[in-house]
Amino acid sequence: MSRSIKNLVVERIAAAIALGVISACTPASPDAASFARMPDGRPNLNGIWVASNTANWNLETHEAKQGPVVALGAAFSVPGGLGVVEGDSIPYKPEALAQRDANAATWMTNDPEVRCYLPGVPRATYMPYPFQIVQSTEPNDVLITYEFASASRIVHMRTQQEFPIESWMGWSNGKWEGDTLVVDVTGFVGQTWFDRAGNYHSDALHVVERYTPKGPDVIHYEATIEDPDIFTRPWKISMPLYRRLEQNAQLMEYKCVEFAEELMYGPLSKPKSTPAP
Amino acid sequence: MRNALSVSIGTLSLLFALAWSVSAQTNNQSYVAPRTPWGDPDLQGQWNSQTATPLERPLTGPLAGKETLTDEEAEGVEQRNRARNDSAPTAGDPGTYNSFWNDIGKGLNRTQLILDPPDGRVPAYTPEAEQRLAAERAERATRGPADSYADLPIWTRCITRGWNGIGSNYSSNTQIFQSPGYVVVLQELIHEPRIIPLDGRPGLPRDVQPWLGVSRGHFEGDTLVVETRNFDARSSYRGSSTDLILTERYTRVSDDEIDYRFTMHDPGTYVSDWTVGRPMRQETDGLTIFEYACHEGNIAMTGILAGARKEEQDAAAKQ
Repeated sequence: MSRSIKNLVVERIAAAIALGVISACTPASPDAASFARMPDGRPNLNGIWVASNTANWNLETHEAKQGPVVALGAAFSVPGGLGVVEGDSIPYKPEALAQRDANAATWMTNDPEVRCYLPGVPRATYMPYPFQIVQSTEPNDVLITYEFASASRIVHMRTQQEFPIESWMGWSNGKWEGDTLVVDVTGFVGQTWFDRAGNYHSDALHVVERYTPKGPDVIHYEATIEDPDIFTRPWKISMPLYRRLEQNAQLMEYKCVEFAEELMYGPLSKPKSTPAP
Repeated sequence: MRNALSVSIGTLSLLFALAWSVSAQTNNQSYVAPRTPWGDPDLQGQWNSQTATPLERPLTGPLAGKETLTDEEAEGVEQRNRARNDSAPTAGDPGTYNSFWNDIGKGLNRTQLILDPPDGRVPAYTPEAEQRLAAERAERATRGPADSYADLPIWTRCITRGWNGIGSNYSSNTQIFQSPGYVVVLQELIHEPRIIPLDGRPGLPRDVQPWLGVSRGHFEGDTLVVETRNFDARSSYRGSSTDLILTERYTRVSDDEIDYRFTMHDPGTYVSDWTVGRPMRQETDGLTIFEYACHEGNIAMTGILAGARKEEQDAAAKQ
């Protein structure tokens, strides 16, 4: 028996005994024990999930403020929100912080979300749209598919390989660490942002996500963000992800390209003929 | 007499369709599709449906009257496609994708992808559809080729390439994912996850018309059957209307092949239903689907629209 298989067997037996002991002696842990499992014993992360917070407005703690479109008044102003960054401050290098502030000042013209560009990771997770995890049993790949822009990414479970070339959603390699799905994401283009407050990164971005079940309808989500060109050290965000419990919950189609076309190409359209005086 | 004739043509098409499906099944009678641990036929993996075989049987030339092709004839179809791709552009034409870019795919031992009707052609339009399509053409003719972004094809606009059965000149790749209660067909072009619930839930109200319609699926034996309705009028395929009911059937007939067919049912548009068969082959060369970020790099839109404006300015200056 190879060492790794032996380790796996020992690990599984230990886990089974531990689970038996827990269920026999103590009330089941509200976390892993109450989370459904797949036939291969892994936590079943299948479902439609959504983050219910204001991180897409700003990862850091922020107060409410007037929205940029005066005509929309209170309907589309900016809600206040608590930060999701550990320590509540993103450790920018000084020159990068200046760029973030410049981004913030021009977000309506420069935020890639406005143009319906693929949102990147981790932003896709906490945009105000649901996403669906499609998980089979090992060794099949996992798919995470997002309502916004029909974005999706394959979490490679069968083979772990280096990214072949940069992409908007990055290259995701996944593995299980106990009951946590750990996704290592590299190979990003440097053109996506983290939020509407101008927080950003370069193409040196490296994200490690951790999806850990916390009860039947909650995943604890963490993402460690590393980008030595922009930040002085790695930093971490975390938030709960909630299951959409409606029986008929489904992702709707949000192909937002057509909603960005007038903004992007309107000025290149043939001018409308002016009516005769 | 006329009724009797249409009945007999209908019967013939049915017999032909039956014969084809029986022969497809008998070829692989011993094959049992693997199952997922929760008991669904397992279609997971990466598949490619590129083929050199055209949708319709040619009306002229050596293949006009043929139903089946020898290997040599099928290879001839591939070679002709390659030659057409690589032919030198005419004067003034900047040229387009050649065989280096386009994926020719394999020629099938059938003359065309259409399995039914037996003549291998898209059925005629109904008078009602002729009228609708003529009105659309007339409306379109009131504008230039690129007056607005909305005048350009939805693929050029990077909105969608449509569902996977339509295929393409390149990257006709899909990866199928399954979980209890769902199948997702992820199309590489142009990053399109088709999420298909299997729990028998109802569709959506008629006025909700996504670009790719609303899909619901179920298994019939080894076959995944997906029915899609509520298509957006702007993602019409071969003149189809928003009343189209598309039925797709995915049957794994070997470890390496899915027998994929779709039927177009749109009686207001076509005089009869029509069915296309487009085999999906397992990708075994270690390649993987890669992100197709279309809109993000779509400088063609800017080029086409700016070019049209420049031509108008030049024309105005000459007057």
